[in-house]
Amino acid sequence: MGLPLGAALTACGGSGPTQAGAGGGGGSTTSGGGGGGKATYWYLTGQPQEGIRTRAVERFNKANPSTQLATTMFQNDAFKTKIKTAIGAGEAPTIIWGWGGGGLKSYVQAGQVDDLTSWFDQNAALKDKLFPSSFNAATVDGKIYAVPVEAVTPIVLFYNKKVFEKVGAQPPQSWGDIMDLVKKFNAAGVAPFSLGGQSRWTNMMWLEFLFDRIGGPEVFQAVFDGEKDAWSNPAAIDALTKMQDLIKANGFIKGFSSITADSNADQALLYTGKAAMMLHGGWTYGNMRDTGGDFVKGGNLGYMNFPPVDGGKGDPSDTVGNPAQYMSISSKASAAEKEIVKKFLATEMNSDAQNKDWASNGFVPIVKGSDSQFGTDLDGTWQRFVYDTASKAKSFQQSWDQALSPTAAEVLLDNIAKLFQLSISPQQFATSLNEVIGK
Amino acid sequence: MTVPPISARGNAPLAAVPGGQGRGLAWLAVPALLFFVGFGVIPLIGVFVLSFTAWDGLGEIRPAGFDSWRAVLSDPGLPHALWVTFLVIALSWVVQTPASILLGTFLAGFQRYRAVFSVIYFIPLLLSSAAIAITYKALLDPNFGLGAGLEIPLLVQDWLGEPVLAFSVVIFVVSWQFIPFHSLIYQGGVRQIPRSMYEAAEIDGAGRVRMFFSITLPQLKYTIITSSTLMVVGSLVFFDLIFVLTAGGPGDATRVLALEMYKRGFQANLMGPASAIAVILVLVGLALALLLRRLGGRDATHSQLEGA
Repeated sequence: MGLPLGAALTACGGSGPTQAGAGGGGGSTTSGGGGGGKATYWYLTGQPQEGIRTRAVERFNKANPSTQLATTMFQNDAFKTKIKTAIGAGEAPTIIWGWGGGGLKSYVQAGQVDDLTSWFDQNAALKDKLFPSSFNAATVDGKIYAVPVEAVTPIVLFYNKKVFEKVGAQPPQSWGDIMDLVKKFNAAGVAPFSLGGQSRWTNMMWLEFLFDRIGGPEVFQAVFDGEKDAWSNPAAIDALTKMQDLIKANGFIKGFSSITADSNADQALLYTGKAAMMLHGGWTYGNMRDTGGDFVKGGNLGYMNFPPVDGGKGDPSDTVGNPAQYMSISSKASAAEKEIVKKFLATEMNSDAQNKDWASNGFVPIVKGSDSQFGTDLDGTWQRFVYDTASKAKSFQQSWDQALSPTAAEVLLDNIAKLFQLSISPQQFATSLNEVIGK
Repeated sequence: MTVPPISARGNAPLAAVPGGQGRGLAWLAVPALLFFVGFGVIPLIGVFVLSFTAWDGLGEIRPAGFDSWRAVLSDPGLPHALWVTFLVIALSWVVQTPASILLGTFLAGFQRYRAVFSVIYFIPLLLSSAAIAITYKALLDPNFGLGAGLEIPLLVQDWLGEPVLAFSVVIFVVSWQFIPFHSLIYQGGVRQIPRSMYEAAEIDGAGRVRMFFSITLPQLKYTIITSSTLMVVGSLVFFDLIFVLTAGGPGDATRVLALEMYKRGFQANLMGPASAIAVILVLVGLALALLLRRLGGRDATHSQLEGA
């Protein structure tokens, strides 16, 4: 007996140990919380973002000695589970930090987050400051439930210039080029693409672009809108088939399905020259710069928007990824706690000081005109590229696993892993996913 | 080992003590009983009730009849997870039991070097599963791991990316972690065997191998059942190690029942079906424990010591 309890405890334990080490590093802030007049805020570890978030809280706490924010930090995958469980148990932090989209929608439907529409009306200046595209993922049924914060991070095709030079190759201008490069790099003994396949959402980024380039943004939009059999769209099947062709041609580094993105091993493969290219989020730039030796600093990192697919309908200026990060207010928090958070959101988040911090760490704050502070050095060039990509994109598709409901997203990620294992066909993939459309 | 053994109660031990001391001490069981009800029985009932509801883990809990059960039982993922779970149980038993018996028998001697060895062998059990999984993951990494670092081509395999290899790695790491514990049980078991039996065998001219098969192994029968019960029921709820090591992958090659439950409950926000799987886990665990007890025979709880 006692089995379910044992199982439940191990279930919690599985994500626990990784947090324990991360929790204590909050500087002057304290972890845990709930009691007193303190509002609570949980966020993710991983530099340089972690430092920027910590400094924002420190600035706020220093400026407002009577109203404090208490913070706790978690690793990415652990956080996603922890926050959901905490909300369900009525123990949510005052600030619910996340990715917007389907996850936020499930909080809204459960009545767990406050409607911020009227608050935005009172703080119109803040609303006008931010990229309009960042509000899509914060809006559910016409009401705004989250404040877009932090940085815009599209998915980018990174490449190692040194490896390209050595092999005598040019960055791909089309899908055909990619398939040719795969042969060329394999012949030279370099893996064409790095991929942290065990994390699953890493594989998903490939499909997001292939769907867009082949069929345009409306292919996924149909899924998102709950249209019947939307995954069986010929463009979708074509994209899934092309994906498996690339895998069969050994397009990805050997062993990709055992590599996780959390450990940054996929980035290491690119900067150590074991792989020539990597499709990944713009958020990886800071880490590659800081831990990749002279890879970024020596100008060896190349980057570009995903190339078009020959004959595809999509606009090659489209992009996918995270339009912003999002902060909501827990509806279960006390009035005093909510006041603290509203003050934090109005005065500190998206403040000049914070935008400067994001910008100086290689990010593009989601504030209009933030490009004026970018320099002309390597970081500045990168930021201008991200800013242009994000602001010129006709479609900025939010990451699928964030846009969909958690139930559908889990089925999606599961099937993507199998698709990349070549254990299911594109048709089987489409059939499984058609079943969870609208769920 | 999160699961306590199903206590083997042939005859109520306390009450059977002559002189009635047992009755006077029965109240000592009250705290344990309260904990068991509070942390065992009540959550069990809760899970059972949850399996007849629809809950996304966030909002209201709504009754849903047999929907969750229907969803779980008609899902091809369930037989697969059951099959993987049984494979893990069977293979980890096959690997661990002989190794533990041999190690335990070896360690049962009283020489000092054996004591030193038993301390060394015990170390894996002291590490947390998550730490072990992270360490092995780093060691087995095909690009930055042990094989690549020492340039041993044989070790450069896609250890966690090929279904069969990943499964073997899981069994290996599980065994590596738990053989120490079971060796300890067997060490105790072997030390309980009366010396006189070995002395008699020696006089009859039996060698070491003969003594092992004719005395040690038969005498360990009940120890084997105890250890196997712990092993089987423990393997049933393996979660943390597999979660960190392979996350159930590649694909769903190492997705055991406990992982399936977690994924549905906490990643897909489907608490109803997750609870149904939890109930299935309980039932499978109970069935296995009862089966093992049957195999042990009805006298399993009687003392095997001479004269007792």
